[in-house]
Amino acid sequence: MIGARILLESLKKEGIEVIFGYPGGQVLPIFDQLYDFDIKLILTRHEQGAAHAADGFSRATGKVGVCLATSGPGATNLVTGIATAYMDSIPMVAITGQVGTHLIGNDAFQEADVTGITRPVTKHNFLVKDVKDLARTIAEAFYIASSGRPGPVLVDIPLDVQRADTEFIWPEKISIRSYQPTYSGHPGQIKKAAKLISASKKPIIYAGGGVITSGAHLELEELAQKLQVPVTTTFMGLGGFCGTHKLFLGMLGMHGTAYANHAVMEADLIIAVGARFDDRVTGRLDDFAPGAKVIHIDIDPSSISKNVRVDVPIVGDAKNILQDLIAEIKKLPDTAQWLETVENWKKKHPLTYKDDTAMLKPQYILEQLWDLTRGAAIICTEVGQSQMWACQWYQYLTPRTFISSGGLGTMGFGFPAAMGAKIGCPKKEVFNIAGDGSIQMNIQELGTCVANKINVKVLIFNNGFLGMVRQWQELFYKKRYSYTSITSPDYVLLAQSYGAVGMLVTKRSEVRPALQKAIETQNTVFIDFRIEPEENVYPMVPAGQAINKMIEGLA
Amino acid sequence: MRHTISVLVENKFGVLARVAGLFSARGYNIASLAVSETLDPQISYMTIVVEAKDAKVLEQITKQLNKLIDVITVTDFTKKEYLDRELVLAKINYAPKDKARLEAIFNKFVGKIIHHKADTAIIEAVGDQDQISELLQELNKFGIKELIRTGKLAISN
Repeated sequence: MIGARILLESLKKEGIEVIFGYPGGQVLPIFDQLYDFDIKLILTRHEQGAAHAADGFSRATGKVGVCLATSGPGATNLVTGIATAYMDSIPMVAITGQVGTHLIGNDAFQEADVTGITRPVTKHNFLVKDVKDLARTIAEAFYIASSGRPGPVLVDIPLDVQRADTEFIWPEKISIRSYQPTYSGHPGQIKKAAKLISASKKPIIYAGGGVITSGAHLELEELAQKLQVPVTTTFMGLGGFCGTHKLFLGMLGMHGTAYANHAVMEADLIIAVGARFDDRVTGRLDDFAPGAKVIHIDIDPSSISKNVRVDVPIVGDAKNILQDLIAEIKKLPDTAQWLETVENWKKKHPLTYKDDTAMLKPQYILEQLWDLTRGAAIICTEVGQSQMWACQWYQYLTPRTFISSGGLGTMGFGFPAAMGAKIGCPKKEVFNIAGDGSIQMNIQELGTCVANKINVKVLIFNNGFLGMVRQWQELFYKKRYSYTSITSPDYVLLAQSYGAVGMLVTKRSEVRPALQKAIETQNTVFIDFRIEPEENVYPMVPAGQAINKMIEGLA
Repeated sequence: MRHTISVLVENKFGVLARVAGLFSARGYNIASLAVSETLDPQISYMTIVVEAKDAKVLEQITKQLNKLIDVITVTDFTKKEYLDRELVLAKINYAPKDKARLEAIFNKFVGKIIHHKADTAIIEAVGDQDQISELLQELNKFGIKELIRTGKLAISN
């Protein structure tokens, strides 16, 4: 069997039914095999779109997403997508063609040192120099991508390896001596954590993307219920805890709710689950939660004590550890008074916006979207103001319903990721919340959507600005709007020219009918919402400040 | 402060780049690095000497090294007992009359002349970091024209 075929047979063994990619000279044998193989390739209009689509597919389904590109520019176009997945710990396998082994290092046509380029943005990568290693390498790539703290793995396959012939031997079990992730928590540490919890008076759970990765949302809810502890999540953790639960405080950090930030700052115990104390969460580190002891549950030892001093580290899988921890806690803390304090913050500092102008407010659009879908939809986002509003004004009830580039903050992520999510979850309604800046970064994927009948609904919050940067310029650079005003095409005509449906919404009264129509439309839909141009995202913690030093806008 | 770390890695192409990349990406300078095969040819042994300003940086370095897929074990020698040696090759100014002076030096240090010409000699010497720096002070009196060091090798005892 030739290498190209071995690759596809290996993907099939891994349960892959659909991949995202783009052809080119150094992957011709693979595409030839795909011609009549029962794996479907979604032909994107740009390799970056393929990488984000594979990532979105993975985020929506929990399975490994796969993208495929040719050597050189094909592979380098994947890099932003790979880095995006890496920062958010998304399991993905990227396959790239490479020039023939005899040409490597020769500055051959469309040659790039792809394993070199992607080394810092992959969990691991491989250059396959012998076809005999190919099947095992693919198996290892999937194992590494999906185990421990997941992440993208790239496999670079030279053209001659794709053509070379060998027997297909699939390794049924993969074991790598130098890679043994820890899944169960240390019992002694769990005992210590239980003691701290029992003794606490003002505990808070701070949950991150690890809860979603490990499928620990039910355990998280059980723990919160049992202890009667308020829960805040990170951006990546949205959906990991029911967004309408009375113990939920919403997201914390730079654009988190004021009450989540106050609660964290006042807490005497932070129970961190699958979160990494990112700078957007902690604000000024020296001032972060000064009175709190910290229990940190994470599968990645290098995340522990990286930013914040930890009292009880527990390395392992969040689901396992939460189960053990729930069983271990005998004496419940008395949190009645603490919950009352938190409730008062909620009342005093609610999320709010002024709905007093004739212009459309983005928050209003999201409220209407929530009302029409009630958490049943998958919400993807681009990056910037629209993304932050989507965190604040839509409630995520279950894991994998909020899909967005967190760590890397990649503009142009949302639209292709929404395609991937829709392919993975065809029965779900998939929306992409976009700004007029971000949507123009991968707008070519309209072609992919229409050609493959991937009916995603793109809501463009069109304010004529690169809004988040403009907001910073307004607040911190004396309103000197340097190159943040941006023009757009006529999105209605553009969508129509691709064969999609375009709508223009300028009035409040048109919002709900337009959303309703989008949901009913069996086609890709672009809605151009002309929103208030200088609307800001509040609350906001200025960079380098403690997270309770918020600009609250209108509160 | 300088720290000595040993790392057992899979003997594959690209592993050195992964380890080096980990340091360079964080702006940590490697003071010395020695790599070679072990008794098991599939495994290589690295001795890395690194400048880390505090314990937190060192902890991150060892954790990040452990995170690399091809790294088998990481040993931080900071709190452990270990022996270390470094091999030095030095080309110095030399005249036959210097022989006795040099031999006196080699009574104190492990070293010898491995090659000489009319006006230069190549010295080979082995020692721990203190011995090497003392030896170099002595050799400086002759004038060192060229100096090559392997970097530190460390082994637990």
